[in-house]
Amino acid sequence: MIQQEKMKVIHHRSIATNIYELVLHGQLVNEMKNPGQFVHIRVSDSYEPLLRRPISICSIDQENLECTLLYRAGGRGTQLLSLKQPGDMVDVLGPLGNGFPLDASNSGETALLIGGGIGVPPLYELASRLQQKGVRTIHVLGFQSIGDVFYEEQFKALGETHIVTADGSYGSKGFVTDLLMQEKPEFDVFYSCGPTPMLKAIEQTYPDKLGFLSFEERMGCGIGACYACVCETTDAVSQDYLKVCSDGPVFKRGVVAL
Amino acid sequence: MNRLQIELPGLSLKNPIIPASGCFGFGQEFANLYDLSTLGAIMIKATTLETRRGNPTPRVAETSSGMLNAIGLQNPGLEHVMEHELPWLEQFDVPIIANVAGTEMTDYVAVAERISTANNVKALELNISCPNVKCGGIQFGTDAKIAGELTAAVKAVSEVPVYVKLSPNVTNIVEIAKEVEASGADGITMINTLVGMRLNPSTGKPIIANGTGGLSGPAVKPVAIRMVYEVSKEISIPIIGMGGVTNAEDVIDFLSAGASAVGVGTANFVDPFVCPKIIEELPQKLDEIGYSKLTDLIGRSHR
Repeated sequence: MIQQEKMKVIHHRSIATNIYELVLHGQLVNEMKNPGQFVHIRVSDSYEPLLRRPISICSIDQENLECTLLYRAGGRGTQLLSLKQPGDMVDVLGPLGNGFPLDASNSGETALLIGGGIGVPPLYELASRLQQKGVRTIHVLGFQSIGDVFYEEQFKALGETHIVTADGSYGSKGFVTDLLMQEKPEFDVFYSCGPTPMLKAIEQTYPDKLGFLSFEERMGCGIGACYACVCETTDAVSQDYLKVCSDGPVFKRGVVAL
Repeated sequence: MNRLQIELPGLSLKNPIIPASGCFGFGQEFANLYDLSTLGAIMIKATTLETRRGNPTPRVAETSSGMLNAIGLQNPGLEHVMEHELPWLEQFDVPIIANVAGTEMTDYVAVAERISTANNVKALELNISCPNVKCGGIQFGTDAKIAGELTAAVKAVSEVPVYVKLSPNVTNIVEIAKEVEASGADGITMINTLVGMRLNPSTGKPIIANGTGGLSGPAVKPVAIRMVYEVSKEISIPIIGMGGVTNAEDVIDFLSAGASAVGVGTANFVDPFVCPKIIEELPQKLDEIGYSKLTDLIGRSHR
């Protein structure tokens, strides 16, 4: 159930160029069900900026009522968020959206997790949950450059991990799809989150595989009321448009027109 | 006595708080968060004769203390709204104000005739002010004569009182309000969004795919207050005021300016619980300013 809560900042640090790791404490963590859901954060008590900022959930610790969010401080709003100190309270609405379906992978199977840039974080909780149910996970994580790389050790602790950088300054050079063509990993289901061109390339790389893609779009309300973040669908779906925030952000491959 | 009670043509409101059209969908998303029966009324998303897909994305852009939107009246169409959205809303004890939109006068008349027969639709809001569609919409709201003709045509077929939603994108809003009143409107709702644009600093091009969008949020409140003030002095039908309402003080401002109730729009996107929060705050605000009931505030700026 969606709740609004002032959550307490426990830790907050920079982990890569403009990338921050924010740990929040609050009852809202109890409501977080699926990896791939997101929270909508109000970064200021004033009307400047006015709208909330959608941020994906990277990991969930229900025992300690803590969740970890990784975000890029790119615009004005996230830059303000990056100034929050441990002990500060943050206005959080969530959890929002539908996450990755864990039941699409069975024990003993292999899942391929492909992340691009700030699309990497939700794959971490997904990898942990899949491991817990006995699914082997292979992680392919793409970044622009060496300074942008984060969570390599964390993903390595969960399984086979490949890092790709566009400029070749770390790991293999190129796009995630270049590495996939080269390594040809064996897997049953793929899960991906990242920029839309990457999601499109992945769908084209694996035309016959079951897979799930998490999308990003400019959002207003985050709960499905404002119709701002719609995406066009393929002919396989009866609706012309789906809302990324409340129908997604995760869709089965073949649903969204890419 | 209910200190927040407001009586308007067709509408008996337990409080003056009405989620504004386009900012509340058809209520489903908010029903997961709180009991919709706590609201004064609900202005549902604009309904057109046929399904509308709306505009391409991006559809919104944030601005200083506000936002631009160009959704483009995306809605499932009259039949779907009559068969699904409106019957679903009947579970709540809340009057519905149906926002009616179209591209031709005959569209408005057809939608109004049918939607005004729904059990829970207690009033219509004629959308002659949407700035984000190519045909219709704002064209009807910027020419006083056409606005009057459309009002009369809809009044002739509607089973419930008709409110007309005015555009602020005009030279003389009072003239249009007067014409609409003379043509039989039961009330006015105002203001719709102000046409604006935001450019992408890298490309120099508009961020919103539609180019222009409608500006809403706290940034537009002074414009809305001024217009409600001016219009309410010149007409005798009631006004539902809107534009940047985010808290109980804003409600008091709109009533003081001459509105009898208020629409809450963009604030629902920032805080989906904002409407029940304002309703809860209102009695205390009345105490603070020494008034026993809300109706005593209406138009006090003129007195």
